[in-house]
Amino acid sequence: MKARLALSLAGASLWHRRKVLALVCLTLTLSVTLLLGIQYLRTEVKQSFTSTISDTDLIIGARSGQLNLLLYTVFHIGDATNNIRWSTFQELEQNTRIDWLIPISLGDSFKGFRVVGTNRDFGEHFRFGRGQPLNLADGQWFDRVFDVVLGAGVARTLNHGIGDEIVLSHGGGRTSFSNHKDTPFTVTGVLEATGTPVDQAAYISLQGMEAMHVGWESGVAIPGRTLTPEQAEGRDFTPGAITAVFAGLDRKILTFRVQRELNQYAGEPLSAILPGVALSELWRLMSQFERALLGITGFVVITSLIGLVAVLLTLQTQRAHEIAILRATGASPGLIASLYLIECLGLAVVACLTSLGLSAFAISMLGPWLLTNYGVQIQLRPLNVEEWALLISVPLAAVLVALAPALSAWRQSRSQGFGSPGEA
Amino acid sequence: MNSQSEPGARSSEYVPAALEVKNLSFCWDSQHPPLAFPDLSLPRGEHLFLHGPSGTGKSTFLSLLAGMLAPATGSIRLLGADIHKLGAGKRDRFRADHIGVIFQQFNLVPYLTAEANVTLPCRLSQRRKTTTGEAPTPAAQRLLTALAIPQSHWQRKVTQLSIGQQQRIAAARALIGAPEIILADEPTSALDSDNRDRFINLLLTMAEERNTSVLFVSHDRSLARHFHHQIQLEQVPA
Repeated sequence: MKARLALSLAGASLWHRRKVLALVCLTLTLSVTLLLGIQYLRTEVKQSFTSTISDTDLIIGARSGQLNLLLYTVFHIGDATNNIRWSTFQELEQNTRIDWLIPISLGDSFKGFRVVGTNRDFGEHFRFGRGQPLNLADGQWFDRVFDVVLGAGVARTLNHGIGDEIVLSHGGGRTSFSNHKDTPFTVTGVLEATGTPVDQAAYISLQGMEAMHVGWESGVAIPGRTLTPEQAEGRDFTPGAITAVFAGLDRKILTFRVQRELNQYAGEPLSAILPGVALSELWRLMSQFERALLGITGFVVITSLIGLVAVLLTLQTQRAHEIAILRATGASPGLIASLYLIECLGLAVVACLTSLGLSAFAISMLGPWLLTNYGVQIQLRPLNVEEWALLISVPLAAVLVALAPALSAWRQSRSQGFGSPGEA
Repeated sequence: MNSQSEPGARSSEYVPAALEVKNLSFCWDSQHPPLAFPDLSLPRGEHLFLHGPSGTGKSTFLSLLAGMLAPATGSIRLLGADIHKLGAGKRDRFRADHIGVIFQQFNLVPYLTAEANVTLPCRLSQRRKTTTGEAPTPAAQRLLTALAIPQSHWQRKVTQLSIGQQQRIAAARALIGAPEIILADEPTSALDSDNRDRFINLLLTMAEERNTSVLFVSHDRSLARHFHHQIQLEQVPA
């Protein structure tokens, strides 16, 4: 009965002071939303990150560190230290334990996006997420020498579609001064968005890669030696070297043995890495940052809770009359103290519920936009245990900080005299 | 000194006085001289006017009577119970069960409606709720009607009401559930003389209907004529 009285009194009191409290509640709501959002993004980004590449057992490139190899082959960040010979690739093709191979040839760019030279096996064997294959949103895979397939991000950002003629640039960088002007490529296909770096690249055949570099042996185009598309038809463009190879094995259990063999390959120095292991090492590096971010957000929540208590303590002086009335009518100091606890808890719960709604709204609104603009895949999903724990810790923390005004109210109301306070 | 009966004990023949004060003194701290209060005894259902100019410790006296301050010496028996022998929790419950209070001003909880302010004692005390004999809300409404609070004001925030109306609502709160004792601390000081007399008449009449003793404190001696007894509170060294 007393609990019901305390609840209804606290409720009426909150409603009475709603104008002042709405502001502190808003502060708390925003900070909890931030906390929840960052925690949510953390898991989503991690999910998105670790699903960048899947089903590929080994990535093979010239001898280098595993992070470097992973970064330039999968994330298109940084450059290869060296190439691997085409004969090495051919030898890998003969390896019976290897099921499939995707050759990757890097080095050129298209308005800041990487150009990846590969073959049809890329479309067939490359997997991301939970083993999802690449699908064409439009058109078809490259067939002729000067065909190009664009990633979803490239097509959208540069607003290119099927049939457009594009000129690739030599080397990386957004503004390149040496363009393959003589050998324009025709867009034959656009990939569906994957939310991975695949969206941010253009794909051509290895032959196309070779063909457009004819006459570029010195690093710049030598006039008269480059090919025209007509001349290119029918010629053989077997590459001399490629940058890296994605490999899938017949039997996963042999992964480590094949890796060791490749690392000791006699023909040339190679590095074979396990993408999963490299990804988690990369994530470990990045998780420092996101953990720091979460910590900062935690402090933001604590700050707004302290702000809330500061407001409650300020209101306490205004509440002296009301406390005097309640005490004289027979309310115990415990009841008075419980009002503060309940009010603070109530505000925290309201803030948490509002921020849940706000987050859900924001995610469902921003999700598609984030995917199309940034290639980050964020979907509305039920909260996980960690997120519930974070959310529940907010009201708990609110009760803890509310102990300050509650205890002071309890102490004051024990020595409360009859009538107006101070008059005793 | 207090050997007559056990606290709280009541026999069918002996009706304990509503209020009995003996040798009461109070001391704020060692720097202040102690305050001494006159002995008094108030039978059930009778009203006492306590006259005292400011600074004679009226509010302190009421705080002692309500069990909210502890005396230095002496005893206070309310309905035969020595309230300062009760624990803090029991004292609070005793106050909820048996005492109605009216202050000089700021009588009402600002965020409750007039009606909710009146029913507050019934929510704090099961006994007061039982004594109303009906649901608290209709009882409160009858009291409000009797005290001439228009029905349109019952659901209003009390801060929107006039001082006179607020004081009458406080009287209704003190009366609900027929507590044995009402402690009133200068409840009429903010009212004009017409309102003052009407307020006192209403309060005393309705208290008599409920066999409730009213202890009324004021500096205005002209009000004493409404009461059965009067006592002068003077500052006397203990």
